[in-house]
Amino acid sequence: MITVAKTGNEAMAEAMRQINPDVVAAYPITPATEIVMIFAKYVADGLVDTEYIPVESEHSAMSACVGAASAGARVMTGTSSQGLALMYEILPIASALRLPIIMCEVNRAISGPINIHCDHSDTMAARDFGWIQIFSENTQEAYDNLLQAVRIAEDKRVMLPIMVTTDGFIISHGMEKLEMIEDPIVKEYIGEKKPEYSLLDIEKPTTVGALDLTDYYFEHKMPVIEAMKNAKDVILEVGKDFEKKFGRQYGFYEKYKLDDAEFAVVVLGSASGTAKVAIDQLRASGVKAGMLKIRVFRPFPAEEIAKELTGKKAIAVMDRSDSFNTCGGPVFTEIRSALFDSQNKPSITNFVYGLGGRDINVEQIKNIFESIRNVGKVPVVNYIGVRQ
Amino acid sequence: MSKLMNWKELPPCDTLAAKTAEAFETGDWRMGEKPVWHPEICIHCMICWISCPDSSVTVKDGKMTGFDYKHCKGCGICAKECPTKPNKAITMEKE
Repeated sequence: MITVAKTGNEAMAEAMRQINPDVVAAYPITPATEIVMIFAKYVADGLVDTEYIPVESEHSAMSACVGAASAGARVMTGTSSQGLALMYEILPIASALRLPIIMCEVNRAISGPINIHCDHSDTMAARDFGWIQIFSENTQEAYDNLLQAVRIAEDKRVMLPIMVTTDGFIISHGMEKLEMIEDPIVKEYIGEKKPEYSLLDIEKPTTVGALDLTDYYFEHKMPVIEAMKNAKDVILEVGKDFEKKFGRQYGFYEKYKLDDAEFAVVVLGSASGTAKVAIDQLRASGVKAGMLKIRVFRPFPAEEIAKELTGKKAIAVMDRSDSFNTCGGPVFTEIRSALFDSQNKPSITNFVYGLGGRDINVEQIKNIFESIRNVGKVPVVNYIGVRQ
Repeated sequence: MSKLMNWKELPPCDTLAAKTAEAFETGDWRMGEKPVWHPEICIHCMICWISCPDSSVTVKDGKMTGFDYKHCKGCGICAKECPTKPNKAITMEKE
């Protein structure tokens, strides 16, 4: 291990350098710009063998990624917010074609109003496109998740695209201590890509992405559903192997003082660091507080999460985006659905926070715990940190 | 129609073998006119072959042998481009 100080974007660019993908097609967008900008320098300096395609938009970036991956290349890209939105048309094509494209996605609020700061509205809007989605709490997780993403996405049982996310500015531009793995060890860890098919294989010519109407479209969606189920096993296997090799533990989620907790928050991304401080303070004053930090949002580990949360007195699900469905954010609806079959259901409340980069602090998270300790006294869906 | 595959029988990754259109009749909606070849006039210049948008001009050993009506849509480009004079080696005729 090499100990360095890196921002989230620098850590992701370093991981990309070590992965040394065959093709990177990307278009700059705040706050993800640095990732591909730093990587472009590595290409110019000859540190990687990558064919770098500076495209004219994110729509083109993802299209070029699909083309290159269809040709059998190991492909990466990076984007954020409106850039991810411009890719939306191509994202489900990548999963339908079973192309293990790896994306560095920096969570940033979707316009409008136009904003450059963190929330999860961009990634959440892309949640139903057949991409695996992994959230990171900090720079170290962003780096580790990106390395594992290669193994997960390219596993024969999975063959799905994957996005590893960090939180805009909070992680992407925040400098932290990073334990990097040595270059040759990473190279050995990720291995060679063995594509399922290649457009360039003239011995075995294929037609890719043909028209499917009422007769075959449905059948072609089923393997993606099956691959997502397989991804659950593979994510755990890859996590265990990573822990064995490099000592850091990864699963579907992280439990923080959860096992004996009576009250718990469910959090994704950087706010979980803040929640840990709040929980420590509450524990010191005798409150049995805990947290479940979701790492893998797609596939959604519903059964596993239900097992962890059942029997608690009350759960607060923290959503950094809203579904505009009038009944809770995307994480909340998943968690509530996951707990539906549980015998000993906790009361479940939703707290939407931090839209457009609005800060979330320790005091606010302690207030969330205070709210759910008074079961039944707060509305099902709450908005915190907003002036009202 | 052949039996439809279930999802477990599909080729991997939304791929198909190449050139499957060869086995699929796409000329069944040709309406009105079809090209007719007059071998006694034909000079085998291959202008019809290179102009056909559907690869429906059949050729063997560098000589034209006729049309593949399974795929010909009756667009008439071959007859229009045929250079022989005064009579064309390809004419469009009612089906």
